[in-house]
Amino acid sequence: MSDTSFNAPPRRRFKVSRKFLPYVLSLPALLTCIGILIPFFTAVWYSLQRYRLSQPWNRGFNWGENYLNFMTDDAFWNTLQVSLTYAFFAVTAQLLLGLGIALLLQKRTMFNNFVSIMLLMPLMTAPALAALMWKLMTNPGFGILSYLASLIGLEDFRWASDPQTAMLTVVIVDVWVYTPFIMILLLAGLRSLPKQPFEAAALDGVPRLFVFWRITLPMLTPFLLTATLFRVIESIQQFDIIYAMTQGGPGNTLTVFQVEAYLNFFQSTNVGRSAALLMILWAITYVLSNIFIKNWLRLREKQRGEA
Amino acid sequence: MESTSLIERILRGIAITVVILFFMFPIFWIFLMSLQTNETILRVPPSMVFEPSLQNYRALITGQLETQTGTLEIRFMGNLFNSFFLSTTSVAIGLLLGVPAAYAFARLKFRGSEDIAFTLLSFRFAPPLLVLLPLTIYFQQIGLANTYGGLIWVYQLIVLPLILWIVRGYFEDIPADVEYAYRIAGHDFWATFRKIALPLAGPGIAAAGLLAFIFAWNNFIFALVLASADKQPVTVGALAFITASGIQYGQIAAGIILSIAPTFALALYAQRYLVEGLSLGAVKG
Repeated sequence: MSDTSFNAPPRRRFKVSRKFLPYVLSLPALLTCIGILIPFFTAVWYSLQRYRLSQPWNRGFNWGENYLNFMTDDAFWNTLQVSLTYAFFAVTAQLLLGLGIALLLQKRTMFNNFVSIMLLMPLMTAPALAALMWKLMTNPGFGILSYLASLIGLEDFRWASDPQTAMLTVVIVDVWVYTPFIMILLLAGLRSLPKQPFEAAALDGVPRLFVFWRITLPMLTPFLLTATLFRVIESIQQFDIIYAMTQGGPGNTLTVFQVEAYLNFFQSTNVGRSAALLMILWAITYVLSNIFIKNWLRLREKQRGEA
Repeated sequence: MESTSLIERILRGIAITVVILFFMFPIFWIFLMSLQTNETILRVPPSMVFEPSLQNYRALITGQLETQTGTLEIRFMGNLFNSFFLSTTSVAIGLLLGVPAAYAFARLKFRGSEDIAFTLLSFRFAPPLLVLLPLTIYFQQIGLANTYGGLIWVYQLIVLPLILWIVRGYFEDIPADVEYAYRIAGHDFWATFRKIALPLAGPGIAAAGLLAFIFAWNNFIFALVLASADKQPVTVGALAFITASGIQYGQIAAGIILSIAPTFALALYAQRYLVEGLSLGAVKG
């Protein structure tokens, strides 16, 4: 250990090992992930094939046909529309609610800290289990929420089993689980803002609504952007909540990308179409996640610089 | 700011109450359900007055579910064990692989290091099914289908990027001078890593480990696609549970409570680290 410095010239040892050291240190992690990269290329491969598990004799390359077929495929456009609708409503609601709650809890008091820790609990719940919880609460027979709906005049409100309200129901579950994430991020952002502009505004008697729009919100923008991008990437890929709640139903009301790909693969065993769907989803998330990572790195640098 | 009127304070109070109600009520209500039998659960209108019983928990722990149609055997404890085993092992392996790599990325800037770190992080955002569906076919071929080993390997997809990026941030925060000083005193690289870098980054490693555990525990899709009943964690097991016929709703509720209790306990224990971990170290808590 420490006595090696006497036996060998320390400088040379240092140099030789230093060249390979980073690779030695990071190789195991890399290899683990490269194993994962192979299936990715396989998926690209599949997406260019006519490939149904039920018709192995019919397998062959059809190049872009799976993708071209999407143009005239109503089910595909439905998937795209449902995924975007889900992401839009879920993230918008989370953003507004999360910002509102963060502003409510901004002051560092014992009570506020306690509340913000309590609000972390939905985020710690597995999304699939959260969906089951809401499923129990919206059961038409005994669900408390079905009962409450009937109290306010919505007799026979069927929540996730009605095509008209299925989207609303899963979005509520998504909001329940993930609003705390936005809230916690924005709360940390709010508390890290410099105090001087606010003190100056208070001295000058600037109206608080004005302070909010002109000082708080602009300074919070990097945090809002990071949180929004992160949630858009995740919610456009949502699977757990929707699958656990309705498996994409009723009908095709909730067949978002990953649910549709899952059903294509395991139920209609159409591997080619399933892979092509996932490639399109990947392309969307790839663009978004590159913007996100750049934005997040910048934010991280800035926060570290100030810390 | 300080001169809050009475009306405003009342409005704030109402808003906070509504928020707490919305986010806490489901957990509270499912907990209540878990202490009831179908008899009281199915009452109309629902009521909070009932005689609590631990019968549902007892049934889950013994694995013998009494239903109208007879006794049903459900190995929910097996699911709970799988969750524990898969999550702890994945995190242990993730730390073993991820911490040295994080150190390499933080301290020893080498050719391509930023690109590699970037690529590893972008795994976190790719659609999991894209990898999982081809894997089902490969796993059949190489005999990893429905094994703990195969699952733990795939779990690295969520665990590794998280550990890598959080721990890297902590290593970067250690002043390099401290390490140089130790090196100059005649200690070799490994000694410096073990005696200086690891202890100083300790809190970060612990935070990353805890957070990775929570994410692994809450994962649903990996095991849904790759595991059959005997290897499934609670997230997938609970879903099979709800479709089993003639089941007591209270037992489903009890199953959910047992499944979320460990992550809740961890979150409370490690709440200081959660903020930083959740934002991948972008925001200090």
